[in-house]
Amino acid sequence: MKNNYLAKRIIPCLDVKNGEVVKGIKFLNLVKAGDPVKAALEYDRQGGDELVFLDITASHEKRKTIIDVVRKTASKIFIPLTVGGGINQIKDIRALLKAGADKVSINTAAVKNPNLIKQAAKIFGSQCIVVAIDAKRCGKNKWEVYTHGGRNATGIDAVKWAKKMTSLGAGEILLTSMDADGTKKGYDIPLTKAVSESVNIPVIASGGAGNVKHMVEVLKKGKADAVLAASIFHYKTHTVASVKKQLKRNGALVRT
Amino acid sequence: MKKKYIAVVDYGMGNLMSVSKALASVYPDVRVTSSKSVINSADAVVLPGVGAFEDAVKHLNKKGISRIIKSNIDSGKPFLGICLGLQLLFTRSEENGTFEGFDVIKGTVKKFPAKIKLKVPQIGWNKIFIKQKSPMLKGIKDGSFVYFVHSYYGVPEDKSIISTETVYGVKFASSVCFDNVFASQFHPEKSQRVGLKILENFVELTKCS
Repeated sequence: MKNNYLAKRIIPCLDVKNGEVVKGIKFLNLVKAGDPVKAALEYDRQGGDELVFLDITASHEKRKTIIDVVRKTASKIFIPLTVGGGINQIKDIRALLKAGADKVSINTAAVKNPNLIKQAAKIFGSQCIVVAIDAKRCGKNKWEVYTHGGRNATGIDAVKWAKKMTSLGAGEILLTSMDADGTKKGYDIPLTKAVSESVNIPVIASGGAGNVKHMVEVLKKGKADAVLAASIFHYKTHTVASVKKQLKRNGALVRT
Repeated sequence: MKKKYIAVVDYGMGNLMSVSKALASVYPDVRVTSSKSVINSADAVVLPGVGAFEDAVKHLNKKGISRIIKSNIDSGKPFLGICLGLQLLFTRSEENGTFEGFDVIKGTVKKFPAKIKLKVPQIGWNKIFIKQKSPMLKGIKDGSFVYFVHSYYGVPEDKSIISTETVYGVKFASSVCFDNVFASQFHPEKSQRVGLKILENFVELTKCS
């Protein structure tokens, strides 16, 4: 008997703006692409292990639309649902969890106020606090953390930041390579490996998936615990089921 | 005739929305409550929960809910414990010290040992291997994947109550089943088809009782 049957997770991500799904290429050039609840149901049917909604709604007034989307999704889908984007305070987290989200993903607010992670983990439990890190290469085996959807450089080292977030109570790290994101040329393996090996919490690799080989690579060489992908699934290049079949053929343990 | 309902015990620990929504998808009347009389009049009781053992026990004791849960279990009412709701049934937990649980199950809740060299908490889908046939696992295939999020697991003294086992560096009891009690370390409410089937099985037991 093997000593571990924990499957590698395949997590489709939906970028949601004003209640509609969109997908950005390198964080720019947003293209409208559909109804999030329908897309979520389809990913659930295909065997997605979790779902992520990333709310990129810019205006504060329209933020409530994501709560609606979460509520509709959570009454129909019984796999973990994570929501990220625009979360600044404890009350934002509470509202999303109350609507049926299982986890929240926090990025910019964690940089502005690291104590938010500590507080949130204490109130809601580490299991629902995902810290999202957008990282860009700034030297050999060095990456810098960016905030505000990749617009602002922080001067913070990504690996050190991941460690700090873990010590404050983050339950998972969602790591996006800004260099790889949208290129479909593969995940940033050295970045993922460096972060995954420096923390004892799961790391979800994101940015750059163009085919299944890229996923195999980041799971094996990059030591990722899960992979996140958006466009590869959303434009029906691959289904979650077909990806899992190929991963299985390549020796990865996946839930089928 | 009295209307039947399932009580989901709310004790201020974590997010009960997903549990109540999943139950509501298989049963018409699910009530999230911290009221002793609502719990006492329910046809079945579900104890969910995420978070720290110590906080949960203190809160439940202070509100007098521990006693109510124990008496409901003793009365033979169908009972479902999920995650922390399983761990609370044990004699004690070693989470951040040693704290007493409900002692419904003789045994100790322990942390995954560092020697397993795996990430803790265990987060994700792992397999359940069926050790004991029960109505709660009707239609569930051996080796099915279910969703886990935990750093601790219960070690029952009486191995015969183990319903399923799961392997994460160590082999541990991922669910237990005895008399009117079923309790799982995994989250059926997050385990898609397999989890909903388990919740349906629980509802079936509730109807027969």
